[in-house]
Amino acid sequence: MSDAVLPAAAVPVRRHGLARFWRRHPTLVIGGAVIVAMVLMALAAPLFAGDPLAMNPMNRLRPPSAQHWFGTDTLGRDVFARTVFGARISLFVGLSVAVGAVAGGLVIGLLCGFYRRIEAVVMRLMDGLMAIPAILLAIALVSLWQGGVPVVILAILIPELPRDVRLVRSIVLGVRERPYVEAAIAGGARTSKILRRHILPSTIAPLTVQGTYVCASAILVEAGLSFLGAGIPPSIPTWGNMIAASELYLALAPWTIFCPGVALAVLVLAVNLLGDGLRDWLDPRLARGL
Amino acid sequence: MGAYIGRRLLATLVVMAIVGLIVFLLLHLAPGSPAAIIAGDNATPAQIALINRQLGLDRPLPVQFGLWAWDVLRGRFGTSIFSGVPVMELVLQRIPATVSLSLVTIVFAATVAVTGGVLAAWRVGGVLDRTLMAIAALGFSVPVFVVGYLLIYLFAIRLRWLPVQGYVPISAGLWPWLSHLLLPALALGLAYLALISRITRAAVLEVLAEDYIRTARAKGATSMSQLFHHALRNAGVPIATVIGIGIALLISGVVLTETVFNIPGIGRLTVDAITNRDYPIIQGVMVIFSGAYVVINLMVDLSYTLIDPRIRR
Repeated sequence: MSDAVLPAAAVPVRRHGLARFWRRHPTLVIGGAVIVAMVLMALAAPLFAGDPLAMNPMNRLRPPSAQHWFGTDTLGRDVFARTVFGARISLFVGLSVAVGAVAGGLVIGLLCGFYRRIEAVVMRLMDGLMAIPAILLAIALVSLWQGGVPVVILAILIPELPRDVRLVRSIVLGVRERPYVEAAIAGGARTSKILRRHILPSTIAPLTVQGTYVCASAILVEAGLSFLGAGIPPSIPTWGNMIAASELYLALAPWTIFCPGVALAVLVLAVNLLGDGLRDWLDPRLARGL
Repeated sequence: MGAYIGRRLLATLVVMAIVGLIVFLLLHLAPGSPAAIIAGDNATPAQIALINRQLGLDRPLPVQFGLWAWDVLRGRFGTSIFSGVPVMELVLQRIPATVSLSLVTIVFAATVAVTGGVLAAWRVGGVLDRTLMAIAALGFSVPVFVVGYLLIYLFAIRLRWLPVQGYVPISAGLWPWLSHLLLPALALGLAYLALISRITRAAVLEVLAEDYIRTARAKGATSMSQLFHHALRNAGVPIATVIGIGIALLISGVVLTETVFNIPGIGRLTVDAITNRDYPIIQGVMVIFSGAYVVINLMVDLSYTLIDPRIRR
């Protein structure tokens, strides 16, 4: 009898768990949902958004209408289509920089935490990198190396590295004093195995959180670089490029600036909320302070 | 005390030397010869040869670095490709606008953020706390140029309260100067305000749990005296630190803000240099801004002893 009842009862229990997760981590759910929606929109852009490059000189600077949801820009291009396509660059750059910076920070940080000689040199280098304002370093890199999206990603990634290296190194220095690591060293385990089996797992939670913050910051820096004319070439619709191209039409056609601007702010806010949510969820000790 | 100052000075010099090395190597690791980059796109082979000789680019790399560093120490950052004017001269012309904008921003953001952060910590979860933390979340997410255009649209174009763009030197009068800086400072200060108010709130919250706050309360100190005299003073070090570290955020923001508000400062100089492919200017500004950041943070570190006498020992 009781066996037959159990599966039915399991459903409400499960729903209760989800409801509790939502109540405890609303920022995580909201941020995650917005990001998923934006990713889906960006992936499906060619199916519904229309042509972001088609010009129509007869239809310049039109306000939002049923035909053009976000209006048109100074060349008569559809702002909605451009905003949707612009999300692709922002998401791609944000994700690439986050993955690259976290991976780079992990490798360099692990080495620094374990080899004192590397540490002395690398940490001084990181101190120097941190002292150079990120956007200036990125501008210098872009103007020296020229080129498209890969150079922009690298130029944003390099100034982000020091913080990730420092984070990983501080975790390694903390963990390597723990008894289980000392036991592994005493037991004669190879350094590579100690790093992989005993130290790497401790870095996963903080690095996940850090990765979302790097992603948010990278999206902002990419938009800033494009806005300044030091980022993605103007022929590609990005949110920064759209705002830069509409600078002169603020009074006449504010939608050309505020549509990509709001999209940018919403995406970055969502990524930051996801980061805050992940931090509270994965590491409640960190959450209390801020 | 003396040893502490000496150690900090030495560390600052080391960081500056590494910044110099990074900036120097950046040019040498880039594709194309350094002389061709410094001479610009339209340079003749003769001009490139001249630069090679002038900068000693045919000598070994360490010697080149020594020569370059010596020039930088004397304020010689080379000449602009576009105008032929020494970079230092161009920077000096632009300093008043950038310093005005930065000072107004720091004063506004730090005052609002520290007061707000202390009051938010006083009533955690209250209306002020929630409002401030929401503004902080927005401040980290809304890009400074979007905020800038929004402020221009609302307060300059729609309401016509303040000028749209531009900069007026302080010699033309206090109000004309300030009125041109209010909107840019608000836009630029938002992220800075977010950073400082979060740290202030966290630091004050921690101090409020201490025994001496309970003693102050038992003694009958008013809540404002408890907060601003006892709590803020003891939370001063992390707050001062974040105000210093936040300068990096501010400098990146300055480049964008000056572009939005058409302020003829160092940021605008840099952006024009991007368009003209004028690398010597970008290089010079990078060294100068990094130097400013490092020196300001040195001063913040040295001010710890004033904020918190316990550190003197």
